[in-house]
Amino acid sequence: MHDSFLTYANKRYLWVALVLLAGSLIAYMWHDPSPHPNGGTWLGYTLGTIGALLIYWLTTYGLRKRSYASRLGSVGGWLSAHVYLGTALLLVALLHSGFQFSWNVHTLAFVLMTLVIVSGFVGVFAYLRYPALMTRNRENASRQTMIEEIASLDQQSLQLADGIDARLHAIVARSIDNTKFGGGVLGMLRTNDASEQALKQVRDALEKREKAGESGAEPRTQEMPTMYAMVDFLAGKATDVQAETMRKLVDSLSRKKALASRVSRDIQLQSLMELWLYIHVPLTFALLAALTAHIIVVFFYW
Amino acid sequence: MADRFRIAIVGSGPGGMSAAAHAAELGISHILLESEPHLSNTIYRYQKGKHVMAEPDALPLRSPLTFAAGTREKILGEWDSGIAKVKTNVAHGCEVTNISRQPAGGFVLKCGNGREFEAETVVLGIGLQGNIRKMGVPGEDLPFVQYQLDDPEEYEGETIVVVGAGDAAIENAVALADRNKVIVINRRDEFARAKEGNLQAIMKGIGDGRIECYFGSAPELVEAVEGGPKPGRMALATPNGKAEIALDRVIARLGASAPRAFVEACGVEFPNKDPASVPAISSKYESNVPGLYIVGALGGYPLIKQAMNQGYEVVEHILGRPVEPADEPLLREKFGRMAGFSTVDAALQRVQDNVRLLSHITPLQLREFMIDSDIRTPKPGETIFARNDYTDSFYSIVEGEAQVILDGDRRVTLKRGEFFGEMSLISGRRRSATIIGGVGCVLVETPRRSMNKLINSVAAVKRDIDTVFILRAIQSRFAPESSYAELAPIIENARIDKFKAGEVLFREGEEGDCLHLVRVGSLTISRQIGGREVVLSYVAAGNYVGEMTMMGEGKRTATATAAIASETVRVDAAAFRDLMQRNPMLRLRIQSEYRQRAAANLALQNLPTGGDLISFLISQGAGEATDILLIDESLCVRCDNCEKACAETHGGTSRLDREAGPSFAEIHVPTSCRHCEHPHCMKDCPPDAIHRAPNGEVFIADNCIGCGNCKRNCPYGVIQMAAKPPKKPGLLSWLLFGAGTGPGEAPHVDADAKKDPAKAAAPKKAVKCDMCKDLSGGPACVRACPTGAAVRISPEEFPAYAQSRR
Repeated sequence: MHDSFLTYANKRYLWVALVLLAGSLIAYMWHDPSPHPNGGTWLGYTLGTIGALLIYWLTTYGLRKRSYASRLGSVGGWLSAHVYLGTALLLVALLHSGFQFSWNVHTLAFVLMTLVIVSGFVGVFAYLRYPALMTRNRENASRQTMIEEIASLDQQSLQLADGIDARLHAIVARSIDNTKFGGGVLGMLRTNDASEQALKQVRDALEKREKAGESGAEPRTQEMPTMYAMVDFLAGKATDVQAETMRKLVDSLSRKKALASRVSRDIQLQSLMELWLYIHVPLTFALLAALTAHIIVVFFYW
Repeated sequence: MADRFRIAIVGSGPGGMSAAAHAAELGISHILLESEPHLSNTIYRYQKGKHVMAEPDALPLRSPLTFAAGTREKILGEWDSGIAKVKTNVAHGCEVTNISRQPAGGFVLKCGNGREFEAETVVLGIGLQGNIRKMGVPGEDLPFVQYQLDDPEEYEGETIVVVGAGDAAIENAVALADRNKVIVINRRDEFARAKEGNLQAIMKGIGDGRIECYFGSAPELVEAVEGGPKPGRMALATPNGKAEIALDRVIARLGASAPRAFVEACGVEFPNKDPASVPAISSKYESNVPGLYIVGALGGYPLIKQAMNQGYEVVEHILGRPVEPADEPLLREKFGRMAGFSTVDAALQRVQDNVRLLSHITPLQLREFMIDSDIRTPKPGETIFARNDYTDSFYSIVEGEAQVILDGDRRVTLKRGEFFGEMSLISGRRRSATIIGGVGCVLVETPRRSMNKLINSVAAVKRDIDTVFILRAIQSRFAPESSYAELAPIIENARIDKFKAGEVLFREGEEGDCLHLVRVGSLTISRQIGGREVVLSYVAAGNYVGEMTMMGEGKRTATATAAIASETVRVDAAAFRDLMQRNPMLRLRIQSEYRQRAAANLALQNLPTGGDLISFLISQGAGEATDILLIDESLCVRCDNCEKACAETHGGTSRLDREAGPSFAEIHVPTSCRHCEHPHCMKDCPPDAIHRAPNGEVFIADNCIGCGNCKRNCPYGVIQMAAKPPKKPGLLSWLLFGAGTGPGEAPHVDADAKKDPAKAAAPKKAVKCDMCKDLSGGPACVRACPTGAAVRISPEEFPAYAQSRR
């Protein structure tokens, strides 16, 4: 029922692409121009025309995708054609050039086309791989509900911390302040967050207190300058009730951390599915310019 | 001695107000009794700036007061000045608690504030909202005590006491808790009446400490505090003794008392216990109590204009003056199409004489019925509706005949007085046969809502339709070649069974003594496999279950459960076996259908998650869907092109929310319309603006008045209230000159309009998915999906769908 863009209409466009490739290859082998195959022979012109038309047409996929009321086939079908025929373009252009390269606008057009196609492969990979990862990571919650849940866990942590000590409250508050999702490109790709540190501090403090309790050592009373030591100190002289609250705090912070990393991962995956377009699309425009230049140059200055 | 008036009008809604103004205009002694300090409380309580529509357009207004579509403030202002201009006698603060008819004629009306009035006639125009319950303690009317909440965002940093434990109270408390200190007073020890979602929200709020709650407590007193830190305080009784709260505001949400009990206490009879039923009134709006008249929503006329016209007319009737009803020209135009038309009354009489079904109703009901209905005069051979159409109107034959086309080319003729179209009306599914016009055919075509209203309010109509339904359902499904006489023993024993969602019709292993033909709703068939219940198939309305018992196996081989609230025609096994013996064709047909079903079940049994997927979809309410949007999450790249396409093809508002909604086995059910068999949204639409198109799309027409009832009634949250955004520029002027918003982008919202709804240019109307019925290519969401992740399927395809997911 669900038809992926690779299997659309029984892989109709895969077959179209294969026929195009087979036809081009056979013609290329059968054709024997002198001194060597190039874009200037009748086959070169034919393949060049096919390639140029394909490039212009494949570019209009972006238009079709945004023509929401269009009746010209489904976007899924267009993408299927875009992927298969775009891939075929690599060979069509190679045969068109007769494998001649040098430092000129013609080769520039070819290089740009190759980059566009390769960045397209990255997109295909992203489209095939990341959706399933994203679903697994979400575990049936929407991003918004996860963020809301984080906000309510933050509130809970603050209240718990406040019940223990004002300084602990400050640690938790700072970690909340430092929790940021998304942002620039690097921010979207990063998956760690600030809750880790606060959690580690509280947890360490608790452990130390328990160890101290077991060995019967006197709690330390000396005020120490570092944050670690402060928590350590707090834990040392905490009453049982406070220790219990701290355990709750650790629990609440751990849940928040787990959620926060899921949200970050979600954003990371989504940005991976979109980032390649920021290369694919600008390069396409560069390609269009180079291709147009290539055609004009060929016709006017050859 | 109480004052005595010619006419006492109870309730100052559009109907009552119009009646009082007309009486004042004519100089007749009258009094308008209103419990609130303002007029027309229902409209007064609309949110600020709400645009009120004036449907139906075609109906002329007949009232001394003016009324045209506009904002709430403008309309209320015009009414207030209109009432003052004709010097209407209004008594505010008079909540009428008792109306008793005196033996000598006339009525005595007693009010909650102790006043008493005498009147020769009474016009009841109290609407359906009921009276809002107040706290019943001193201080209940102080300025900071309110009984509704328009916009929770209006308040910030206040201490607000919310009294009540129902859904309204919880929703208010949760919404206010973000910016205010909220204290809930609950008379009981739990929130027993709340919906599941609200219950979770309030318990979470209380658990987090964001909301404080006094359980088992009741307010005793509210008073204003001069010069204190807070303007008021409340004293309350709690299980641990007295308590006191300093507060800024009290919001009491204690519900309203439904008007029916009061109306019945006045002696007015209702036709049945259905809460939707309205009292029977004569063509002069008089109830069964002589001298007691009923106008407006209480009498079944929910629209403002209708009620205002009735207010005018009822005064004329009381004065004994003949008055042509405001709808007369509309009816004249409708009946004009009938051959031999003379007057509207004669035509109505002809309809009632010829159609037995419509002879059960009063002339006023028939008028109303005819205003909603259409007269159709199809030529012989013209298609009235085609098999598999999704239409749901009901047809009665007034003159001539119509023909049903059955399988092959067999035809059955329906004669004058018969009706058809009841199958789709009841099941909410496609038409089961094609019907064409016959010789001299004149039909009354009635839309679903009016027909359902009639069925629910007149028991005789329901009985007649059910009898015919059973007969036709059994004949068309099992034995089209048998005559009515042959089927008589089966039909005699058949009856209609009702099942709640999740109720079991029969269990695997039980002795079977009947089969069920599903008439409304749908069922799932499941078996115990490996110690748990596995769903094997889905049975939609129009199909049957339990035939195995008929084939000789005494025990049920599977369990049948109602997927949603369902109704079946229960056919007795013995009578059915009898028929099978006499009719070998039937036996062969049942056998072959059985074999197909068994093969499909076996295929599904071998799939590890196939049945679970169906169970999941059913649990998402897909059982009542006719078409549901599903997204394969392993293909969905979250580009939201589906939402953009929806917004772009539907005036800027997406009717689907891709991300919201649950998933199972990588199948995601987004928040989007399922085009239910019996759409919840259609239930209570005052202008009857929601319809089903022939291809099954449930859509909202342009005469929507923006009341929001459909949004509240939709259990799937797929209806939104939205204004039409500004038009988008062409692609080039956006791309090159930066004009407006580009394709797929959300429209800019005018900052002024956002702050003040009164300044918003366009009125808000309800919008929902119409499955792109006006686009020839099909639903834009599916066609815009680049990766093929989105599909729309109908529940009949679930088993095949589950098999395709391995």
